[in-house]
Amino acid sequence: MSQTVFEPWNDPQAKPLIQFKNVTKRFGDFTAIDNQTFDIYEREFFALLGPSGCGKTTMMRMLAGFEKVTEGKILLAGQDMAPIPPNKRAVNMMFQSYALFPHLSVWENIAFGLKRDKKPKDEITDRVAQMLKLTRLEKFAQRKPHQISGGQRQRVALARSLAKAPKLLLLDEPLGALDAKLRQDTQFELVDIQEKTGTTFVIVTHDQEEAMTVATRVAVMDDGKIMQADTPANIYERPNSVYVADFIGDVTIIEGRATKTGDGYDIAFAEGQPTLHAESSKTFQNGQSCHLAIRPEKVAITADKPDTRNALKGTILDIAYLGNLSTYHVRLETGQIVKAQTANTRRLSRRNFTWEDTVWLSWTDTAAVLLEG
Amino acid sequence: MRRVTWFNATSLTLGFAFLYLPMVILIIYSFNESKLVTVWAGFSTKWYGELLSNQSFLDAAWVTVKVAVMSSSIATVLGTMAALVLVRSGRFSGRTLFSGMIYAPLVMPEVITGLSLLLLFIGLNIDRGVMTIVLAHTTFSMCFVSVVVSSRLVSFDRSLEEAALDLGCSQMQAFFLVTLPIIAPAVISGWLLAFTLSLDDLVIASFTAGPSSTTLPIKIWSSIRLGLSPEINALSTLMIAVVTVGVITASLISKRGSLKRQADERAAET
Amino acid sequence: MRRLALIAVPYIWLLALFLVPFLIVLKISLSDIAMAIPPYTPTLDLTEGWEGLKDFFSNLDFDNYIFLTTDDLYWKAYLSSFKIAVIATFLTLLVGYPIAYGMAAAPDHWRPTLMMLVILPFWTSFLIRVYSWIGILSNEGYLNQLLLSLGIISSPLTILNTNVAVYIGIVYTYLPFMILPIYAALERMDGSLLEAAEDLGCSRITAFWLVTFPLSKNGIIAGCFLVFIPTIGEFVIPSLLGGSRTLMIGKVLWEEFFNNRDWPVASAVAVILLLLLIIPIILFQRNEQKQREAEG
Repeated sequence: MSQTVFEPWNDPQAKPLIQFKNVTKRFGDFTAIDNQTFDIYEREFFALLGPSGCGKTTMMRMLAGFEKVTEGKILLAGQDMAPIPPNKRAVNMMFQSYALFPHLSVWENIAFGLKRDKKPKDEITDRVAQMLKLTRLEKFAQRKPHQISGGQRQRVALARSLAKAPKLLLLDEPLGALDAKLRQDTQFELVDIQEKTGTTFVIVTHDQEEAMTVATRVAVMDDGKIMQADTPANIYERPNSVYVADFIGDVTIIEGRATKTGDGYDIAFAEGQPTLHAESSKTFQNGQSCHLAIRPEKVAITADKPDTRNALKGTILDIAYLGNLSTYHVRLETGQIVKAQTANTRRLSRRNFTWEDTVWLSWTDTAAVLLEG
Repeated sequence: MRRVTWFNATSLTLGFAFLYLPMVILIIYSFNESKLVTVWAGFSTKWYGELLSNQSFLDAAWVTVKVAVMSSSIATVLGTMAALVLVRSGRFSGRTLFSGMIYAPLVMPEVITGLSLLLLFIGLNIDRGVMTIVLAHTTFSMCFVSVVVSSRLVSFDRSLEEAALDLGCSQMQAFFLVTLPIIAPAVISGWLLAFTLSLDDLVIASFTAGPSSTTLPIKIWSSIRLGLSPEINALSTLMIAVVTVGVITASLISKRGSLKRQADERAAET
Repeated sequence: MRRLALIAVPYIWLLALFLVPFLIVLKISLSDIAMAIPPYTPTLDLTEGWEGLKDFFSNLDFDNYIFLTTDDLYWKAYLSSFKIAVIATFLTLLVGYPIAYGMAAAPDHWRPTLMMLVILPFWTSFLIRVYSWIGILSNEGYLNQLLLSLGIISSPLTILNTNVAVYIGIVYTYLPFMILPIYAALERMDGSLLEAAEDLGCSRITAFWLVTFPLSKNGIIAGCFLVFIPTIGEFVIPSLLGGSRTLMIGKVLWEEFFNNRDWPVASAVAVILLLLLIIPIILFQRNEQKQREAEG
């Protein structure tokens, strides 16, 4: 029995739940969202990731109906959303501040949306009980928001926005207000709840670790545009631009010129330095300028010259000791800094290298990603 | 800035003595037997008896309370609306004039406000009475209400209203189910402020009152212009007592509320 | 639609009961006194149409304003109001600052009580607070009784019905308006600033003048305006505590209107008073604005 992989975006038969069609949003002269077209599928956990001001919150507020689209269309299950006000949309939102009504109890907060729909009383009671159970808040039903902890408040906000069983749940920095330790546990809890309820989640975050942990697909945004939308692994291993490579995780970028050789390209990056080699399915003209992106953990650091094509000599400039890992900043003769990371499987006192040591850096032909300049 | 020094202790003691001594003396001498207010002739509560059997004072008190309740209630509604406009409505044509009209009455000398309203009522041939005082008091106290309420609205988390809309409320429902209950303390203080301003006002009421609608301050004014009066001392004592009890109760309630809240919050985090 | 109604209701109310009345005052200030009801001419008669309107405007003039400049009662009253307001504001600052300072320096758990004690008089009747001083300051009053019995003076001091009594009354009634903004400014001050100043070699007194005082400047300015602006048009205090020679413009206006029934002149007095007040009001607003901007 092989489990089918959840990848509706690769299935031409799959119908998207949400379609952005050439959506542009302008505030006065400022373009917040610049002509974006993309789809989100049912049951997806879709993350919008980017620095503040990149337009991710605007994207979400357009879905919720708090901002009007300037140009283009947003479709939900094939229906144009433009004329539907926020209170009539089958979309609910979990706010960054949680926006819990301070004058209402936890129970009343969760029941708030159901009451607006004029649901019968016992149906409301059942649904709220179900939500309290899902979020493990049964004991706190009669408390007011200020009488519970930050983590509990976060769960109330989640329960409240899920109570109406929306087709789509929007989460605006849902874990931003929690401390680091709690955030990790909550990330898994969130994924768990998403799978249990089968709701489509769209999350906005500036925290890449959070996006990578929870999402089926991550959309990296910059300046009103989605730079790349793909699975966390692809975003990390196969970034499509220098921006994405640099934004996600740690990376060394080497600028050079490509020449086709065998399955890949040779990259000449500086006088007196050997050419580097990287395999790539992309096509580059001979002599075209390009960027080579290499993750520090894929760079080996040795005292002697290794027997590989990609080997560079340098001196250790800095060592960042992170406990489980150490990151070495190695300066080549050209002045270029290359980062290399090693796992600290040995005790510190037995470490091989120290400041000013001359070392060799090396990586395999498939380790680096070749990007257009 | 925590330094309890001789200088600080002295300035506080003298300062509060200055603020309270006149009122304390007033209260003590309200229990004076003598008709001569400044000469002590033994303890007596007779002036309270005289006051409470003086129909004209009771009538004036009733008119004052009526005016204050009506004007502060209308002013609270109008002032809250004005605050919503000031904080929420962004730009609209005539906004500058609007905010000018909200802030101007706060600094307008009462004699001018009173005079101008009187001239309006005469111009429109409106008989002066309780209604005209209510209109006048509403107009200036709604501005105070709107200042109090808008200072609360500025710090109001708009996402609470968006959450209400998101969960299916109409704009109206969102206001009455979420916004209003949360800003209620500010609205209530606005009402109390409007109520007190109305109770307290002499000048504007003098301009806009008719012969049949004498308010308490007008009544007090006409008797103290002739000099000291033991009945007014008794009346003052009663008024001070009511205010003191009210303010102390209110501050105890809010203190208990905030202590409970702090305790709840501490308990919630553990 | 709903937004329009929200704006329209308070807007129309204020137009009808604030702006229009003021325009009427302006209009009457340009009219002439008459032995009629209402006691001024011209009155606008719309039944005569355009001719009536033209007639109406041609009969408006600045005679009342010219009258204000010829009779020295008025400009003396304006000048004297200004003088009294300036002196009283300064005295209120002198009394209020140490109290605000003492409050800011008091232990945390005292502060709510001290705050309440400052605010409490504000909720009690203004009229009664002014009245309470009559008994203290009169010739047979408590103050004179005390001073005589202590042998400090041999004959009673005349304080009531003089400007001194007016100053006392103003300081007393407007004191909370001075204390609160100064206290707010001092309370926000970081205590380590004073320690830093002393660490850098200031004595306590120089630390006060170089650090505390400049940092409370905005509170002082706000407090001064809050006392100065309403004092200029004050009516109750000069009428009750002042003498026949205490000239304040609020009192002049009242008498012009109720005693002389000269509405046009009273209106002209009001218009000029408002024009004079615009300057301090604008300065006050600007100070508040600057402070808001500084706080971000």
